[in-house]
Order: sequence, then structure tokens, then C-alpha cells
Amino acid sequence: MLRRLFSYMHRYKKYAALAVLCITAESIFELLVPLIMADLVDVGVAGADRGYIFAKGAQMVVCAVIALALGAGSARFSALAGQGLGAELRKAEYRKLQSFSFSNIDHFRVSSLVTRLTSDVTNVQNTVSTGMRPFCRGPVMLVAATGVAFSINHRLAVVFFVALPVLGALLFVITVKVRPRYARLQGAIDTLNRIIQENLTAVRIVKACVRGDYEIAKFEEANRDLKGESEAAFGLAALNVPAMQFVMYGTILAILWFGGEMIRVGTMQVGQLTGFLSYVLQILNSLMMISNVFLMMSRSVASGARILEVIDEEIDITDEKAGDARIGRGEIEFDHVWFKYRSTAREYVLSDVSFRIPAGRTVGIIGQTGSAKTTLVQLIPRLYEASRGTVRIDGVPVEEYPLAHLRDAVAMVLQKNTLFSGTLLSNLRWGKEDATPEEAAEACRIACADEFIDRLPDGYETEMGQGGVNVSGGQKQRLCIARALLKKPKILILDDSTSAVDTATEARIRRRMEESLPGMTKIIIAQRISSVRHADRIILLDEGRVSDTGTHEELMERSEIYRQIYDSQKEGAEL
Amino acid sequence: MAKYAGYKRPKNTKKAVLHLLAYMGLHKWMFLLVGLLVLVSAGANIMGTYLLKPVINRFILPGDIAGLLRAVGAMGAMYLCGALATLGYNRLMIRSSQKVVAEIRSDLFAHVQKLPLRYFDAHTHGELMSRFTNDVDTVQEAMNSSFAMIIHSFMMLFGTVVMMMVLSLRLSMIVVFFLAVMFGFIQWNGSRSRKYFRRQQEELGRINGFVEEMMAGQKVEKVFRREEKNFEIFCGLNENYRRESSRALTFAGMMVPVIVSLSYLNYAVSACAGGLFALAGLLDIGSLASYLVYVRQSALPLNQFTQQINLLMTALAGAERIFDLMEQEPEPDEGDVTLCNVQERPDGGLEESDARTGRYAWSVQEGGERRLVPLQGDVRFDRVVFGYVPQKTVLDGISLYAKPGQKIAFVGSTGAGKTTIINLINRFYEIRSGTITYDGIDIRRIKKDDLRRSMAMVVQETHLFTGTIADNIRYGKLDATDGEIREAARIANADSFIRRLPGGYDTMLYGDGSNLSQGQRQLLAIARAAVARPPVLVLDEATSSIDTRTERLIEQGMDAIMEGRTVFVIAHRLSTVRNSEAIMVLERGRIMERGDHEDLLAQRGRYYQLYTGQFELE
Repeated sequence: MLRRLFSYMHRYKKYAALAVLCITAESIFELLVPLIMADLVDVGVAGADRGYIFAKGAQMVVCAVIALALGAGSARFSALAGQGLGAELRKAEYRKLQSFSFSNIDHFRVSSLVTRLTSDVTNVQNTVSTGMRPFCRGPVMLVAATGVAFSINHRLAVVFFVALPVLGALLFVITVKVRPRYARLQGAIDTLNRIIQENLTAVRIVKACVRGDYEIAKFEEANRDLKGESEAAFGLAALNVPAMQFVMYGTILAILWFGGEMIRVGTMQVGQLTGFLSYVLQILNSLMMISNVFLMMSRSVASGARILEVIDEEIDITDEKAGDARIGRGEIEFDHVWFKYRSTAREYVLSDVSFRIPAGRTVGIIGQTGSAKTTLVQLIPRLYEASRGTVRIDGVPVEEYPLAHLRDAVAMVLQKNTLFSGTLLSNLRWGKEDATPEEAAEACRIACADEFIDRLPDGYETEMGQGGVNVSGGQKQRLCIARALLKKPKILILDDSTSAVDTATEARIRRRMEESLPGMTKIIIAQRISSVRHADRIILLDEGRVSDTGTHEELMERSEIYRQIYDSQKEGAEL
Repeated sequence: MAKYAGYKRPKNTKKAVLHLLAYMGLHKWMFLLVGLLVLVSAGANIMGTYLLKPVINRFILPGDIAGLLRAVGAMGAMYLCGALATLGYNRLMIRSSQKVVAEIRSDLFAHVQKLPLRYFDAHTHGELMSRFTNDVDTVQEAMNSSFAMIIHSFMMLFGTVVMMMVLSLRLSMIVVFFLAVMFGFIQWNGSRSRKYFRRQQEELGRINGFVEEMMAGQKVEKVFRREEKNFEIFCGLNENYRRESSRALTFAGMMVPVIVSLSYLNYAVSACAGGLFALAGLLDIGSLASYLVYVRQSALPLNQFTQQINLLMTALAGAERIFDLMEQEPEPDEGDVTLCNVQERPDGGLEESDARTGRYAWSVQEGGERRLVPLQGDVRFDRVVFGYVPQKTVLDGISLYAKPGQKIAFVGSTGAGKTTIINLINRFYEIRSGTITYDGIDIRRIKKDDLRRSMAMVVQETHLFTGTIADNIRYGKLDATDGEIREAARIANADSFIRRLPGGYDTMLYGDGSNLSQGQRQLLAIARAAVARPPVLVLDEATSSIDTRTERLIEQGMDAIMEGRTVFVIAHRLSTVRNSEAIMVLERGRIMERGDHEDLLAQRGRYYQLYTGQFELE
């Protein structure tokens, strides 16, 4: 898995290599300093040779300065490598996210995807940036110091054969045990954050229902859980330090004891013993460093796994079957279409839906809440894919069109309208990137948005704010229609997208569309009968089935449900 | 990573420290014990190094095996104490810091529950979330390690410098000089990296904002095939972030290697000077050797000490933000009138009851007397003036009344002030002037929780919680039985779709119920209100995504349970409000017209226009 993560380093690989080089070289120069130092004392001071002292001193200074430069370089290169990896990972993940179908997104849930794209990547990149140094330095120091220790006295060095495996084993056990703990800790954090998040977004409900205490109790439970998990995870990780101390102190004592014995029998010098001791510290320290890296890694390994899950997710809507077919007229046909959101779901949301819409016609879809109106139209631009049966445009199954072309030709104004931060014009240009102000104005005229845009102080340059908070619901809907019209689509789908527009304006929009865009196939989903009664045909959906189709008059005559809807609105003067 | 989150210094360090200490004070003994153990641990470490020389000189060189055994045994005991102390303080510190952090978290959450809506309007969720995540994290991290580390490294630094001065005062001046240089470097580097970390944080915020907005608008992105363009924007943001974070981490990463190299430089210069001193007879070789050991030891604790201090500062800044939030004024709630269940006495009067009788009364304290006022749902506004911000008046002298059992509707364009009126009845906001009375009692005299408990609200934005469908309905009445929940769902016309879900009433909903349609979510919100069976019901665009036929079925069900109770309705659709007893047409914070459907049509005013605007289609 680590190899896969690192394979995303691409052009930042050279920085990683440079960092490794710098760190290794730096460690070697640092190791030289004490050796030169020993000469200085043993030869220079003992021989009272001032020149020698200065020469060796100068050598040490040079080594230290080189190490300084290398150290600074290693910091730069590690940062570049780690942050570069992070940038590439984010890019790859974002790219992948864009190709996700909605069932892919449902699989992860939006909030989790955002964390996977941000804090998980941050975890990984910072581990690389800061972990690079101990990760390279640890082994270099370990090998070098062990080598020197052996060269000083290989019999005494046997102590390491006991100490190293013991410490190694201890650290290994801690690291292995801590890993699943971190995963559980992350889970506890997620739960707590979810509770806070939901509480904040639903603050009105909480207050209106007077559920403050209930929420606090819910929070307390998660909080207790998190406390327990953190205690367990951090407590275990903190064992590292005392474990290290136990072994280090034990080793020092053992060396003192055996070394003292050797000195007594004369197989060892005192100077060698002190030198040996300082290398012991070096060796154990480097082990400590390595184990710290592993601890750090076990947190980011969890993050890495979450990132790879996103990257590895199988996209279920692809261009696999696409040929180079082109949509010409815009005739739509549903041929015995069945659909459910999850293959495990028991019941179908759409059952055996069949109908045909000739090119250039207007069709209304009406039906009660939950009758799958939105689901139905989402199959046309392949936002979801039919579970059984075929959706065809101009006689060709939709999956045989390139996805890009299909979605260019089908414009859809969604029920849950979204505008983005940026100016009004830049929002319109989502429909056509290089739209001229004239084109935009024309689309706004058809959508009856020109009426209020003229009254905005900044006109087309008005800032929309996140989610389009700066315009009212009805204005937002009209802008969304204009945005869709700019695409000059063959097929236009309006999903309950005039619900906040008053009916007089709605009628104007319809008339202008008929005048300006006569050849376009239009599908209109609506709650109001007034929105669809002028359609060439009305499809009445009931619990995911086509209950009836026909003109307004035909349905009035033969459909009980349609009449009921009509009646429920007539009294409210909605007709 | 969390520890880089703020890197801002606290504005009022002392206050934040005191506040934090107050929390720690609850576990005073624990922290004292930790401090003690840290001293033992650091002491053992320093003494160990110090004792090496005498052990070698006194026992090893003379070949005193028995003495060596004793010395090794003594050192072993000391080391054991040290290591055990380390073990102890690490565990204790984590235990107590987790306790403190958990307490801070729950106090914070409990306080947030009491904040007025005004506060939530002025602060984004992200901002509030960040108090719970980033800020609490930095505090936790600092408490986990910094507290003990600071004492430890300070002890080590102090001990080492003292030892060096004891060995050679003059020579130690070199070390002091280098330590000063290192300290200066740490400060300089710290300020540089803080600067870049701040920029990095800003860039990260931009990425987060962009990603969140685009994830929310995913369908739109797909429908308009904006993938390429958005990817381009994302890559731009991503590159900016990479640049800044590379800079920030370069500086942060430079700290340790530079300090280590400087300490080698120090070592080299000290060795040279020490050699010359030795030649001049100012120092013996043995002292020089152990002096140099201390020189090598001095850099690391300094480094640790300053890093931990920086961490602590960040944590204090985080703590300050947390405590600021905790000091925010909670919602005013000075009322003493409470709501109680009542039953009728044989003589026709009311008396309080412990059972859920379904009848309620206000218990009013007046001059030592307690009086029961039956809850009827009589709401009156008398010349109410209100604005969310002082500069802008939203409601301008509204007077209205809702008689018990009436259905009152508000109609008007977006921004006319319909939702605002509802918000005031519930006392989500405080009015500027005028009065609002509820069954003749000024709502400011009613205890807030009881005021809100007396009415159920279904608002436009439906929010569902992670949990089963049944849990979400039960939110309206926590002790509702399964039967009651089913009944409420039937009234809201949600029963049939719920039963068709794979898990029925036990189907899990995640992340605000994204797996349900807009209309189905509204049905659940209505069921939530229906299960509460409130004396007063408020429907704020509660059926906007529900088809009119279903809406009528719901209306019939709700009318049955709201018989004789007051209902407030806000809707765009006139069919939703047509059979209300009183319809108020609002325009720019004033009531323009009032009356029932027929009255208003006869008035030929604004309502008539709305109405005929739709007739034009005929």
C-alpha cells in the first residue's frame, strides 16, 4: 500500500531522492565530528600540539558547517517531496471524485469524501515531510554506531545482541497494538464530529423541540467513548519512552559491569569504555527514532488506506460501451425500464416504465411525493443507470453515447438548485464557458430573469455568495433555467424548477421558450397542474409506475388520481 | 496536522492560562504527582551521566569488583526509579489530560446548546466546528506531551548548564554564547514558519471551501459538465497550497538539523578552546572529557524546550478561542412561568397531574400565590418591532392575534417577514419593542424550554439526524411508543413509503437523510411534529416539496389531531393556506391585508392579485 501511495509522487520523486541523500550525508558528517574530536584530545592535547588542535578544530567546524547546509537542504527537499506527494494525491483523488456516479458518492457519503480529500491527505503529506529525516537517519546512525561499537570491542558489543532484539520487540509490539487503536480512535472522532455537525445544522429543530439535554446526553456518550479510546491509544503509544529508558538503562549497567570486568582483566581500556557508552546511547536513540516513525506512520497508514479506497472505487457509470453516436433530434424512449438505487434494495423505485417522447415535444410529469419523478429523469443524462431495460435517445441506448456528448445535449435544471460563489455572469457561464454578455442576456430574457437582474445594483456582476444566498428562491430558479438554456441543449429537463416562481411569470417563461427554442424536447416535472397542462402529453407516475399518459383533457376524463390532484389545487386557485 | 493549525499567539495569555489551570485544578493532585514524577525521571537521567565518572574512577580503575557491584546496583535502583517514574507520568498525564479535554469538550457543547440563534447566524458551522476539532486538538496535544516535556527539558537544560559551569566557568561562556545563538535562531525560524503556516492554513481553507461547495453541487457539475474547468480551478488552489505548505514545512523541518549542526559547531569550538585551556594548564583532561559530554547534551533539551513552548502557545491560543466561546452570553431565560400537565377536578377547576393527560396549563407565580392558566394557544402580537441587525427593521409594528383553535396563515413574498414572526413566537430572537403574549402571559415571563415545548415546529429546511427512521420521528417525543410513531407517520402520510424501505422503520438514515427525496424528508419532519401532539403547531413551508394531493391527505390528518388547537402556516402555495381562518398578507414587514379566503378575494388587494395571477393561465 505504501508503495502505491508513493507512486503518486511523480515529478517530486527527485526531491525525495535528494532528501534521502542529504540526510544520509548529513548523518555521516555528524558521525565524523566525534571521531575527529577523539583525535584532538588524544593526540593534540596529549601531545601539546597547538597546530594540531587548530587543524582538527577547523576540520570539525567544516564538518559542522557542511552538515548545517545539508540539514537545511534536507528540510527543503523533504518538504517539497511530502507536500508534492500530497498535492498529487489530492489531484488524483479529486479527478477520481469527478468521475464518481451518485451511487459511488452514496457509498462514501459526501462529508467523508471531503475529509478524505483534505485532512487524510494532510496526514500523509506531513508524515512524509517530517518523517523523512528520522526514517533515513535512524538506520544510518544505527548501522554506523553499531559498526563503531563493534570495532571498539566486539566482545562487549555482544550486549547489543540482547538489548537490540528486546527493545525492537517491545517497540514492535507497541506499534502493532497501537495501530488498530488509532483506527478506533479515528472512528470515535468521526462520530463525535458528526454529532456536533448535525447539532449545529439542525440548531433550530433542537431548540424548537427543546432537545438540548437530549443532545448533550448523546454528545456525552460519544465524548466518553472518545476519551476512552484516546486514553487507550495515546497511553499505549506513550509506553515507547519508558520502554526505551528501561532498555537503555539496562544496557548501560550491563556495559558498566562487563566492561569493568574486562578492564580489570586488562582486555579493555577506560577510554574505550566511555566511547562505547556514548555509542550505546546513539544506537538506542536511533532505534527510538525508527519506532517513532512507525508510530507516526500507523496514523497516516489509516489515512492512506482511506485515500486509496476512493482512488480504487470502481466507477459504475463509464464510457465503456460508448461509440461515436451523436444526438440529432432529441427523441426519448424508455423501454421497460426498472430501477433501484441499491442492488440489495428489496423493491424497485421504478417498475417497468415505458414511454416515447417524439423530438421537439413538451411532456409533463406529475405524480405524488415519492413517485420517483426525479429518479426517472435522472436516467436520461445517465446520472444513474437503469437496473433493467433501456433508455434511448434517437433510438440509440444512452450508454452508447459518449458521456460528455450526452450531458452536453441534455440540460437539466435540478430540483435542489445550486448556484456557486462568484458573479451572476460567471454562474451563467457554467452553461457555456465563452458565452458573450449578449448570449447571457438572451438566455436571461427567455428565463424571465432579466426583469430582476436589471434591478440589481451590480447587474450581471452581482456576487452570488455561497449557494446563491444573495437572491430569492424564485430568482435563483430563473437563473438556473437561464444557465441551462445557455447550453442550447437538444433536450431540456425542468425538475420542479419553477415552484417558487409565480404562475404568471412561469407562463411567460414557457411562451418565450416556445418562441425562441422551438425544436427543443422539454420534460417538465411539476407539482402544479398549471405548469404541465399545456404540455403535449402528461405522464402520470404513481409509486414508480406509469399510471397513465395523455393530454390534460384525456387525463381529466379517465384518471381518478389526476382528477384528485386537479381538485386539490382548484380550490386553492392554483389553476 | 492539528498542531500547525493556528500558530497564533493568545491575546491574553494570562487569562487563558488561568482558565486552563482552573480546569486542571479539578485534578490538582494528579498534576502535582505528574510534576513530581517528571522531576524524578529527569533527575535520574542527569545523575546517571554524572555518576559515570566516579564509578569508573573509584571502582573500575582500582578493580574493586564488590564496589562496582554495589555501584551498579545503586545506579540500577536509581535508573529503575527513573524509568518507572517516566512510565508513571506518561500514563498519568494522558489519563488526566484526556479527562480535562473531555470536560472542556462537554462544557463547550453544553454551552453551545444555550447560545441564542443570533450567534449561529453570525458564525459559520465551520467556525464553530473548528473550536471542537482544531482548538480542542491543540490543547489535547499540548497537555499530552508539552506539560511534562517542558518541565523535563527545562530541568535537563538547567542541570546541564549548571554542571558545565561547575566544571569550567570560563569555558562555559562559549556554550552560553552558542545557546543564545540557537535560541535566537529558534525564535527567528519560529516566526518565519508561523507566517507560512498561517498562509498555508488560508490556502487550505480555500481548498476546503471549494471542495465543499463543489461536493454540494455535484449534480450541477455533472449536468453542466464543468469537470474540466473545476479541475483546473482545483489544480490552481492545490498548487498554491503546495507552495505555501512546502515553505512552511521547510522552515519547520530546518529547526532540528540546524540546531544539531550548531551544537556540533559549539562542540568543535569548545573542544578547541578546551584543548588550549588544557595546554595552558587551566583544565585537566578528565574534566575536559566530561565537559564535552555535557556540551553535546545541551542542545537537545533547548530544542525540545522551545518547540514545546511554541506548541503550548498555540494550544493557549486555541484554549483562548474555546473559552471565548464559553463566555458568550447564553440565551436570556428569566421566565418563571412553567408548563404542566393538568387534569380537571370534579368541581370543574384544574389541578396539576403527573400523568400525560394531554391537557396543559401555565403555572404562574403571583405574589406568592400559584395560579394555573389553561394553555389554549392564544397568541397576540402588539406593535412588535424587530430586526436581525440594528440597521434594518424587518417587522415594523406588527399587531396580530391568533385565537385558540384557529389556523392562521402568512402569505407574502420572500423576505416579507413571515418566518421572522414564527421565530419570535418561539422567542428565538428578542424583540426590539412591543409585546407578545401567550394566553395572556408575556412570553418573556415564560420559561423558554416550556414555551418551546408548548409548540411544535416544522421548518422549511428539514434536518434529519443519523439514526433510524423511527429515531428521527421519536425526536418529537422521546418516550413515544412504536405505536405512536406509526400513527404519526400515518398522519404525515409517510407510513406507506417507510414500509417500502428495505428496513422499514428501522432503516438507517445517514448524513441528513440524503437517501430520501426532498418530499419524503418533509413527510418525516411532519411526522416528528405529529408525534409530539403539541398545543400549538407551526408549519413553515412544511409541505413545499410535497404534491398537493398528499398535502391534502396530511392536512386532513393534522386537522384531526389539531382540533381546537392553534396552527400557524406559512406557504407560497395558496392551496396550502386557503382554508385558514385568518390569512395575513405580509409585505415588507407590515401586514397589508387580513381575513379569510373569501374576505381577501372580496378586498381585491394583494391577495386577489396573487390569486388571479394564477388564474391568468386559464
